[in-house]
Amino acid sequence: MALDLTAAVTPSSAEIRLASRSLGGDLHQTDLSVPSVHCAACIHTIETTLGKLEHVESARVNLSTKRVSVRWHGYEAPPLFATLDRSGYRANLFEPETFGKDDTLSGLIRAVAVAGFAAANIMLLSVSVWSGAQGATRDLFHWVSALIAVPALFFAGGIYFRSAANALRHGRMNMDVPIAVGVSLAYAMSLYETINHGEHAYFDASVSLLFFLLIGRTLDHVMRERARTAVNGLSRLAARGAVVLRDDSARDYLPIGEIAPGMRLLIAAGERIPVDGTILSGDSDLDCSLVSGESTPRSVGLGAHIQAGMLNLTGPLTMEATAAAKDSFLAEMVRLMEAAEGGRSTYRRIADRVSAFYAPVVHLAALLTFLGWMAATGDWHRAMTIAIAVLIITCPCALGLAVPIVQVVAARRLFEAGIMVKDGSAMERLAMIDTALFDKTGTLTLGQPRLINASSIDPTMLAIAADMAAHSHHPFSKAIAGFGGFSGQPKLDSVSEHPGFGMEALTEGNTWRLGRRGWAGWKARTGGEGKHGGYGGTVLTKNGTIAATFAFEDAVRADARLALAKLRHSGVSIEMLSGDTAKACAEVAGALGIERYVPSLLPSGKVEWVEALTRAGHKVLMVGDGLNDTPALAAAHVSMAPATAADVGRNLADFVFLRESLLAVPLALDISRKAGRLIRQNLAIAVVYNAVAVPIAIAGHVTPLIAAIAMSASSLLVIGNAMRLQRFARALSLESASQGGPASTGVLAQS
Amino acid sequence: MAGLLYLIPAALLLGAIGLAGFLWALRSGQYEDLDGAAERILIDSDDSAENAPRSK
Repeated sequence: MALDLTAAVTPSSAEIRLASRSLGGDLHQTDLSVPSVHCAACIHTIETTLGKLEHVESARVNLSTKRVSVRWHGYEAPPLFATLDRSGYRANLFEPETFGKDDTLSGLIRAVAVAGFAAANIMLLSVSVWSGAQGATRDLFHWVSALIAVPALFFAGGIYFRSAANALRHGRMNMDVPIAVGVSLAYAMSLYETINHGEHAYFDASVSLLFFLLIGRTLDHVMRERARTAVNGLSRLAARGAVVLRDDSARDYLPIGEIAPGMRLLIAAGERIPVDGTILSGDSDLDCSLVSGESTPRSVGLGAHIQAGMLNLTGPLTMEATAAAKDSFLAEMVRLMEAAEGGRSTYRRIADRVSAFYAPVVHLAALLTFLGWMAATGDWHRAMTIAIAVLIITCPCALGLAVPIVQVVAARRLFEAGIMVKDGSAMERLAMIDTALFDKTGTLTLGQPRLINASSIDPTMLAIAADMAAHSHHPFSKAIAGFGGFSGQPKLDSVSEHPGFGMEALTEGNTWRLGRRGWAGWKARTGGEGKHGGYGGTVLTKNGTIAATFAFEDAVRADARLALAKLRHSGVSIEMLSGDTAKACAEVAGALGIERYVPSLLPSGKVEWVEALTRAGHKVLMVGDGLNDTPALAAAHVSMAPATAADVGRNLADFVFLRESLLAVPLALDISRKAGRLIRQNLAIAVVYNAVAVPIAIAGHVTPLIAAIAMSASSLLVIGNAMRLQRFARALSLESASQGGPASTGVLAQS
Repeated sequence: MAGLLYLIPAALLLGAIGLAGFLWALRSGQYEDLDGAAERILIDSDDSAENAPRSK
């Protein structure tokens, strides 16, 4: 996985300083994300080991967000990453832009607190009124209620008033419009009643409505924030900056935005190429899987053109930048991505569609009630009171909760399964899909080669090769190194890496080479050279004679086959899009039983494919990880990316799954579809409630007590129905675990 | 009736104190790490000065 490779190189001191925030003087604060921290012992270890470092002022772990804030002073950043690594925690630098508190969340929580305080106190006074307070006492209670309701209305209701005003200004309708209208009219009418010593006031209804709705809204926000934090905490794959070699041979670490064409950059092994450029000196192998989707590393040398986002694997390179970051390959992908944005921006959420229909009906019903009572009795005060009672009873408490509460429960369930959902509309869109497009390298496969002929290689030779391979970061070497551990092989002296070619080692006068056939087997001209990687490309030689041949295959993601079978079972047709060669695609497609696949696609080709399917009336899910998939992720109706995806894609995708198994895709689909069903049930409950309550209201029989009971009951019913998702989802995951067990071992046994 | 004149303000004042307390706790960052606080009581802090400075 790309993640493993980048972890080899920890951020330099200059990069840490770049990503930290100055607190005045020479004090800096750096935020690190440490995904593996989970208990008191972890907190203690991290805080004490970091605290003991020189220049470190304090270190504080936040267990909820799995982050560590370190304050340090001085110019050089302390060796935070090396220290954490030694204690067994892998850390990622956190983005500087995402510093700062979440203002929306604290605003929402404050609003909930104020609304809760007001609702509780007003309800106490209302209960006294309902239980028979009369005359001056009742008026006093009403006045006190009116006073308490004011701050709640401004402070907590402001969120709804602003949202409603915003929607109306853009000529749209959302659920907040009827809420805002209902709450403010209820307050105005109650105030009028209070002034005129009236009997019925609806202060409790308007405030407790706000309170319930705010709880739903806050939960929704918390869930999305948790997903966002988890995605942000993943290690950053794009370069943050690069070491620039000045003419006077001074070296500066510059942030990526300041790198201009013509600058000479040093790229160490394990770093990503920051901008497009040409190689001035050095040989190396580049992992292009994120950029082009090719699974086999490409070997490069002097004069080769390289693109931003490629990973330098084996040797240090000096390159000349030919484009600034804003004109590099990455930026081109972002432009394509913005141009492709379409499917999701035109999608209207279920709640908005329902309210566009619901609000006019309700407001019309209230108006007709008013006119009807006017015509019947001629008493405008009475007609007004009843009309407003209709508005209050239909005020969409249940409707406002019907959608978000289901999505909160669903998102929480997905979160537990390691799937992050960006927002509720993503689940609504996922439930609609009929076609799933998969990228190959890094999505269906791990983008990581696996040795497939280990059993046919002499164990001694394999052990020697493994010993040599342990000295390299090349993906092929890593695959071979996994077979080490035998003893009895000659001890190696002086292992050296020849970037772009392979490894060389000396033992008792013999020269061993592991690498490209043409280079390692210089005595055996077999005609296999020139072929990059693939079968027969990599050999182990002793003094130039081939001793063993290694064959690799891109390892297929765990459970990929089972996941695809489940998707097909859910009525989704599956296709594979790849930038890799037809041969590599055919192998993976064959192994996974995919019938339709398109090889050698450019990023724009993937977008066209998605758009063609969309025009044909399909709802497309795109699952991909590379930079080259990003525009297609944007063009699709809904998109998913693994945690190992390129940063842009990860930030864009609607769903990000953190675990390796591809079963995340059918699980997300199942839960989204079930959530969609529950949302429709909840909407039906709300409609039934209205069908019962509205005639009572129109007939003029609603009192504040009845309104309070009816509204709470319908809300509880809707919440209770949403909770069924939790139970269903648990049953589903148990079932998939019991199915997944034997099936996945079956796949392993085959391979 | 006379009792209400001081009982209602007293009730509201108590509620307001609770609300103010909550808002203060929110502002001073006590809700930022709910899981961490639960685990931290298990740490034997032999040197209490070590972790004393709060990061937020």
